[in-house]
Amino acid sequence: MDSVLLPHGVKRCSPWAFFFWTLPWLGLLAWGGLSAFLCLWKGLNQTNMSNVFAFALWIVFDLAVIALGAGAFFTGFLTYIIGKKELKNIINTAVIIGFICYSGAMAMLGIDIGQPIRGWFIFWHANIHSMLVEVSFCITCYLMVLAIEFIPIILENRKLEEIKELRFFGRNLHEIMAVFAATGTFLSFFHQGSLGGMFGVMYARPFAAREGFYIWPWTFFLFVLSAIACGPLFTILCTKLTEFLTRKKLVPDSAIQLLAKISGWLLSLYMVLKIFDYLGWMYGVVPRAGLTFESFFKEGPYGVWMVVVEMIFCGILPAIILMTPEGRKNQGWLIVASLLTCIGVVLNRFLFIIVTLAIPVMPFDRFWSYLPTWQEWGIGLAVVGYGFLVFSLAYRYLPVFPKERELNPIAES
Amino acid sequence: MKKENDHGKPGHKYGMVINLDKCTGCGTCMVACAAENNVSVRPDQSDKQRTITWMRLYKISNGKDFPDTEISYFPRPCMHCDHHPPCVSVCVATATKLDFHTGIVSQIYTRCIGCRYCQAACPYGARYFNWWDAYFPKGKGLDRYLSPEVSPRMRGVVEKCTFCHHRLMRAKTQAYAEDRREIEENEYQTACTQACPAGAITFGDLNNPEHQVAKLIKHPFTFRLLERLGTEPKVYYYSSRDWVRKLGDNFLPGEYQPVVKGTWMNEEWSTKPGRDTF
Repeated sequence: MDSVLLPHGVKRCSPWAFFFWTLPWLGLLAWGGLSAFLCLWKGLNQTNMSNVFAFALWIVFDLAVIALGAGAFFTGFLTYIIGKKELKNIINTAVIIGFICYSGAMAMLGIDIGQPIRGWFIFWHANIHSMLVEVSFCITCYLMVLAIEFIPIILENRKLEEIKELRFFGRNLHEIMAVFAATGTFLSFFHQGSLGGMFGVMYARPFAAREGFYIWPWTFFLFVLSAIACGPLFTILCTKLTEFLTRKKLVPDSAIQLLAKISGWLLSLYMVLKIFDYLGWMYGVVPRAGLTFESFFKEGPYGVWMVVVEMIFCGILPAIILMTPEGRKNQGWLIVASLLTCIGVVLNRFLFIIVTLAIPVMPFDRFWSYLPTWQEWGIGLAVVGYGFLVFSLAYRYLPVFPKERELNPIAES
Repeated sequence: MKKENDHGKPGHKYGMVINLDKCTGCGTCMVACAAENNVSVRPDQSDKQRTITWMRLYKISNGKDFPDTEISYFPRPCMHCDHHPPCVSVCVATATKLDFHTGIVSQIYTRCIGCRYCQAACPYGARYFNWWDAYFPKGKGLDRYLSPEVSPRMRGVVEKCTFCHHRLMRAKTQAYAEDRREIEENEYQTACTQACPAGAITFGDLNNPEHQVAKLIKHPFTFRLLERLGTEPKVYYYSSRDWVRKLGDNFLPGEYQPVVKGTWMNEEWSTKPGRDTF
């Protein structure tokens, strides 16, 4: 039915099988659509957010997907700026995942603000001292860069490529991709950092507050580092999931191994700095505020175990696996380490957002907890559905994996 | 805080001293504040995480069992932090500002986009988001009490105590009409100050040595909420009880120093330290 749109020389499932595959993701999108409609129509009272939990599930999702989508800019940087040619086999995947993550986050943010129609005030009445302004500017610009990076991949579609002008445009765009990769790297560095800075600068919230260098709290640098460590690993995870579902080898091991190795070293560096950060915070910021580390966890559902899981099981452990050649060459261990790293970074964002707000600062105030409503889950999971849908469509109709044909030759009948 | 305004005169710095020894916890300040500032209500006000109370009354206790139990009430308006308020620098759309001429931290409702970053940054919980459309039940009289001087807030924006800024505007207008450049202490008082039946709240210009607040803040019993975070609140509290003062901030074991003796206006003060070892 759609065979004329499929890339040359590759095998795809039947249109019906593909249709049934998309149904759950369309279901998630429908759930998200209904939730978004309710939130925009009736207001944010549809959520369980409150004056205590001003930031909640959506911000956790936002920060998580933006960190996980960092594979796009960092792989682009390694491919086009550093010149790691073998990564050209995975750069398309990284760009598409990045695009999905960033566009999903932007859509979620549009619903998260109380007055979505005034969203442009961020740019018009920008408060240059706010880290969130830097985040908004850089994410908006970077989403445009990602769209530009995505266009040549779309134009490689078999049918679109038949149009001479589009083919010419796509190829030329591809030639100057290094410029966009450099722009993307610059923009991403600042918004990943500012997302961390957002919490580090909350000096009156001792759980999140950090000291730093000049105007940048340490969280600025730690968020950049954690994002570039986990982003490529998330790209690897998505590739492995695609390989598992399609029962094909899609990316040569050299590209995966190189990314895993770089991520392993970055994760190790991140863990070392994160340990120093925790120590500096425990013996600096916290006692200065008249508090102790234990005082943050004396009540409520969030405990020290979260820090232990973040640091040991989702930090040091995957770093060791990824740094040892035997560890990362074993498919099982590679996937476990990638998964743990991604969970660790999401947990880190959760700690900075939800736990920060759950802990009272005034001595006579109480600890709080929060559970999202189905509307909040709907919008959060819609991004997951959207991601599966866009990536599935891209895989089906675009030559996302340049080596797919070579690695999976179709026997001549 | 700038010491001088554009006219070369010392800038004003409006602030408040709340005497916790006098506060009976009657809640009149909360009601007066809500009525004065057109604070919206809900048919069911029981969800305290989402209701709006610019002036909020906390009940604090020394945590001891009977017969040593003591309680105190703790009214908490916006602290109007003086140095680099936590909420101001984070606001994306410049919708909240510290006015260097008055020291008041303002909120521009029509510019707020409702991102709630300011709420996350404020350690006092003094900022409130409008989760619902403004609601003033008709037929129950509440709608007839709306003040024309204060704009009601729309859904999806953050609001907070403004130190009844409209009263300052009113007093200034009156002063200009009478060809005066300055206003008197009693001409600008917040609604909670005037409503308090116990006279527990004193309001005025902290920079003006003639004003009562400027004298009160020098008292050794006076403290500020979470002072060591460096927010420099312009709301001060007064309590002769050690355990109350101790609950005004976080202290590591052994850090809190009870007031033993203090000098105030050349008068020797002695308190009862250790009356309550918290």
